Order: sequence, then C-alpha cells, then structure tokens
Amino acid sequence: MAGGKQAAAKRVMRWSWNDPHLRALVWQIAALAAVIFMLWYFAATAHANLARQHIATGFGFLDSTAGFGIVQALIPYSEEASYGRAFLVGLCNTLLVAALGTMLAVALGFAVGIARLSSNWLVAKLAAVYVETLRNIPLLLQLFFWYFAILQPLPGPRESLTLLPGVFLSNRGVVMPGVGLTGTSVSFLAVLFLAIVASFLVARYAKARRMATGERFPAGIVNIVSIIALPGLVWLIGGAPFTIEHAAMGKFDFTGGWRLLPEFLALLLGLALYTAAFIAEIVRAGIQSVGRGQTEAAHALGLSNWQTLRLVVIPQALRVIIPPLTSQILNLTKNSSLAVAIGYPDLVSVFAGTVLNQTGQAIEVIAITMGVYLVISLATSLAMNLYNARVAIVER
Amino acid sequence: MARRPSLLSRIFPFVFGLLVGAGLLYFFLPGPGTTAVKPAQGQPAAKAGRPAPAAQPLGATLATVRERGYLQCGVSTGLPGFSNPDDKGVWTGIDVDFCKAVAAAVFGDDSKVKYRPLNAKDRFTALQSGEVDVLSRNTTWTMSRDTSLGFNFAGVIYYDGQGFLVKKASHITSAAQLNGATICTQTGTTTELNLADYFRSQNMTYKVLPFEKNEEALSAYDNGRCDAYTTDASGLHAQRLILKNPDDHLVLPEVISKEPLGPLVRQGDPQWEDIVRWTLFALIDAEELGVTSINVDQMKASPSPEVRRMLGAEGDFGQALGLSKSWAVDAIGAVGNYGEMFERNVGVKTPLGIPRGLNALWRNGGLMFAPPIR
Repeated sequence: MAGGKQAAAKRVMRWSWNDPHLRALVWQIAALAAVIFMLWYFAATAHANLARQHIATGFGFLDSTAGFGIVQALIPYSEEASYGRAFLVGLCNTLLVAALGTMLAVALGFAVGIARLSSNWLVAKLAAVYVETLRNIPLLLQLFFWYFAILQPLPGPRESLTLLPGVFLSNRGVVMPGVGLTGTSVSFLAVLFLAIVASFLVARYAKARRMATGERFPAGIVNIVSIIALPGLVWLIGGAPFTIEHAAMGKFDFTGGWRLLPEFLALLLGLALYTAAFIAEIVRAGIQSVGRGQTEAAHALGLSNWQTLRLVVIPQALRVIIPPLTSQILNLTKNSSLAVAIGYPDLVSVFAGTVLNQTGQAIEVIAITMGVYLVISLATSLAMNLYNARVAIVER
Repeated sequence: MARRPSLLSRIFPFVFGLLVGAGLLYFFLPGPGTTAVKPAQGQPAAKAGRPAPAAQPLGATLATVRERGYLQCGVSTGLPGFSNPDDKGVWTGIDVDFCKAVAAAVFGDDSKVKYRPLNAKDRFTALQSGEVDVLSRNTTWTMSRDTSLGFNFAGVIYYDGQGFLVKKASHITSAAQLNGATICTQTGTTTELNLADYFRSQNMTYKVLPFEKNEEALSAYDNGRCDAYTTDASGLHAQRLILKNPDDHLVLPEVISKEPLGPLVRQGDPQWEDIVRWTLFALIDAEELGVTSINVDQMKASPSPEVRRMLGAEGDFGQALGLSKSWAVDAIGAVGNYGEMFERNVGVKTPLGIPRGLNALWRNGGLMFAPPIR
C-alpha cells in the first residue's frame, strides 16, 4: 500500500524530459498516433482504389431491398426487407446458436470433466474416450457427420418418426406443436415472472434466516407452490393463456407448428459436443489443481462426496477453470460461422455470404462482420472477467 | 502483496477496440462522390497504389499478364460442360476453352493459362482484388454486377435461364406445383434472387436452403432435404448426371429467368476489356464465316475480305488490341470457332446433350450475333 501513497503524492508532473511519467506519456501518445495514422492510411488507400475501379462504397446498401429469402428468421423478415434487416436476421441466428451451444457445452463439459475423475472405471474411461475422440476430429468434419450422415438420411416428412405425440422427426427437422398467444398471455407471463422473482427473494431470506438463527424455512415447497399456484389462478380466472397449434401434413412437408431445422440441430450438436470435450479437460485440470488435502479435510468434517465437490472443490477449481473456459466460449461463438457449410443462415452465411455477393461491397460487409464478432467476443469476455473477479481468490 | 489492476487498465482493451472500429467506420461512411475527389485523400492513396494489383494504370493488365507469362483465369469449382477438371486435373468446358482462346490470342500459346477454381461467393472478390485477370465462370450479366461491382462484361458466351430439378417420384410436372416446397441452391448467385422473385410473383410460398458449394446443395436435394434443386438450366442438365440415379429426376419445363452467361473483367482497363471482348467476338464471327480450327491456316488465303481481316491477312487489327497480327488465328486454332466449342463441351453429342437453341447463330434463329471485325 506504501507504493500507492507515494504515487498519489507524486501526482504533480514536471514538464521535463527527465520525468519518467511525462516520457512514458509522450511515447504512448506517439505510438497511438502511429497506429491511427496507419489505419487512416489503409482506409484512404482502399477508398481511392475502390473509387478508381468504380466499385460502390459506403454503407447506403444497408437500406436497399434484399430480395432473397432466409429459411429461419427470429424477427419478421420477407424478401422486401432491407439488407440491414437481413443482417439482423443473421445476427439473431448466430446469437441463438451461440447461446444455446454455450449452455449445452458448459453443462456437458462439466459432467464429462467430473466423470473423467470418477472412481468408477467404466465411467472414467467412457469420458476419456469421448474427450479424445471429439477434440481430435476437425469441427467441420463433425458438422458434416451430423448433418449429412445422421440428419439427412432420416426418413422424409411423410414417413417421419414420432418422438412424442405431436412431435415428429424427419429429414426436415423436428416439428412440434406451436404455441399461440391469447388475451390472457400477457398477465399469465407477468404473474409467472413475478412468482419467479419472488421465489428468489424467498430463497435469500430463508438462507439469511438460517445463517442468523439456524432455523430452517421450507423455501423450496413455498416457491414451487407459488410458481405453480399463482399463474394457475390467472389461468382459472382468465381462461387458457395459450393455444396449441398442431403441425399438419401439407403437400411437401409439415405446415404450422414449431420447427427445429436439421441445419440448426447439426450445428448446435456439433458445436456443443466439440467444445464440451475441451471444457471437460479444463474442468478436470481445475479440479485436480485443488489440493488432495482439501477433499480429505472436507471428508473429515463429515461432508458427503457430492457436498465436498459442490462446496469445497468446485469453488476453488473455478478460479482455474474460468479463464480458459472463457476462451472456449469465444471459440464456440466464432466456430458457429462454419454454419455456411451446412446451410444454416447465420451471420456469415447471410451477410458475409449472400449480401456480400449481391452488393459486392466486400470491405464494408467484412468490416461489419468482423466488428460484430469483435463486439460479441468482447462482451462475452467482459462478462466472464467480471464473473472471474467475483470467484477469484481474494488475498487479504 | 497483490495489487489490483486499475479500472482504466481493465477497460482499456474495450475502449481501444471501439476506437479502432469507429476509425474504420469514419472512412467509409461518406459516399464515394464526396471523398474520392478530395485531393487530400487521393494523394496518399496514389502513392500506396503500387502494391495493390487492382490499382494499376490503364492498360496495365496486358503488361502484367505478359510479364507473369501466363493468364490467370477464374473458373467454377466443377460444372461439367462449362469448367470441370477431369481425374488427371485437366480442365475442360466451354468457359475453360474461352480462357485458352484468350491465352492463345495474347501469347500465341493456349497452354499459358492457369485456372483458379472459385465458389460463386468468392468469384467477384477474386476478380476485384486482381487475383484473376478474367472471370470465365458461368456468370450472369446483370446491371448491378456491371455497375456497382465495378466489372465489365465482355459479351455472352451462353444464353441460359433458371430452372428446377425435381424427383420424378414427387409427381410434380410444373413449377406452378411447387407452392410450399423447400428448395436447395448455391449461395451468392442470381438464382437466390430469381427464386424469391418467381415465388413472389406467383403468390406462392417456399423455403430456400442456400449452400456454399454446389455439391453440398445437390447432395442435400438428393438426400430428400429439399423438394427441388434450382440453378441455370444448363447446370441442371449437367448436375443431373452426377446424381445417383439420373433417370429418377426431371428438369421442369419452366425457365423462370434470363441468364446471359459471359466472361467479365475489372472496370478501368479498356484495352484488356477489348482483348477479352474481341476474342469472344472473333470466335463467334469465325463460325459465321466458316473458319474452323482445321481450316484456319488455309482460310488466310480466302478471297473474302472479312475473313482476311479477321485472320490478319489484311490490315492489322491485332495491333489495335496491343496483340500480334495472328491473334485471331491463334485463338481459333487453339479452341476452334464458337460452334466447335459448343458442340465439343455441351452439344447434343456430349453427355449433356443440349441443343443449340438460343445459342445458335442469328442466321439459324439463335441469338449469337457478333459485331464485324473491320
């Protein structure tokens, strides 16, 4: 702490080349100016070259009509929409597969990583085989495997397999009944949301009370009852909040209902299974970094194996796990751009593919695409760094 | 003693990333009309222009090609009849023959050409950046490609139109029955747009699955992921032959678009554009005048002034292009006239079996009409 006080006292800067602070500042400004000049120089060169070749430049194309169809759009989209809209459609598709893929990969990675350390020989070996197989095969091949070898040879829509009543699996994907909204939907969802928020508060209160007095409060039962009963009451008063719309067989394919495209499923499976193999190794390394004495001490205190893992080992392992885990999540997001190979309309396929080709404005389109991946990655790593700061060991 | 990094040092990477992004945006936001004319921007760019092959002075493409010793020709990744490598890696097809004709006109040697296989998605960037000198890759001539992409089309080598391939088992006999169908295609082509236009104008719905590569789109169709596969009609005929059972598939009679396919070059080098354009015209004129790869040397003695001008026996039209007197003789000698190219690669005697149709000479009721060499 003494260093901090010294620095605070020396904050007045002398305008002399002998002042190391001033020197450092000058050099940093010079370096920054050089970088900015380089960027400006590249941009100006590219701009002039494009102008000489009569290639259109600028971002005005984002407002022009796209004129092509996209098979999966989470936001309203039609052929009359603009390129900017097509960009958003692609972005949403990328975020969807990245978010779901991350959740699946982290869950599966933790399970496999823990399984590799299991004392059960079979479980440990199976986990090892999983890790060594999946992480050593290129992701693109795995995507091709899931898409061309598993999902496409499925029977056509007319001969589709019935997974559950109303849920069908065919080479057109998984088709399930859709959910439509009614007049009470909004109040139903609002009450459900409030019940969930309330149950978090109840859980916190219960924990605080147990810490303070040692008394147990039946938070679990109270919460389950409130989450079911309160929205249920709305249902009884206002009528059904949803309508179920079953998929029907059309001329070529199912119509209506909700659908998971095989392209989406293949990409999600490929990304999640591949990344989970890496995460499993990170989790294993993290757990093994926690000293054996910690487990023995926890057992000596009478904690069960599961409690030892959850309360003693994992919290300490997390600080080793989080930084490399962040890299894996970033990798998963960036790897989702392989979607173009199997026809899933992600950002690269829609925007850096079709839009680039229709407009020919490669520099702008690629710059935007790179910028988007940069922002997604920076946001992810910012969130993970904040989480890391919370779980990091605090030295006192 | 652990010192926590300051807040500033933690957020610096993010701030820096945003700054760089903002800096890049700044230069592209103003339109070309406002900034391109500013001398302040043009000056450093002119100095920097040298390393970029795209920024050569006018007429430099021919010099670059000569200096390099061979022609870089952009072709498809494999489309039988147009540009397709055989099992020994030898390229054949009508688009490939055109590359050879240009190489022969420039060097007097049709082997001085290297083929660069390009996806539909990458082809324009490859031409814009100077990676290829000419793109001869079953590419449709459209207004936006001619104008805002910065290209010039040399002419039309094949008049085509977009069609559909379906399975016979589906009992579909007309495109009007495709309402609600899922359709596979290749991304980055005019077919994606024509498809949207056609279904919109017919008030029908559809789902499109665009793949990066033709082979993947075709395989998805073959596996039943799609109800129909769409591309140019010539491509449908060619790709039907690659399928497991070609006889199980049917090309629908409807042609939903105009697809004039032709070679293209970068804008800004009129001399090179003329060389490519007049090589194509010479091949078409040669058919009209009865000059073939076999009789091209005897025809130099022909009494017809038109033939004599084309073959360099009279006047020096090659010089006007910056080429030798024998430019057309070399091109025709290498690949034959347009009719020979057509019959050898896609004609009725080939597996594709496409009749001349629109691609016949104007005299025979087709659209092939080249300006005279005079």
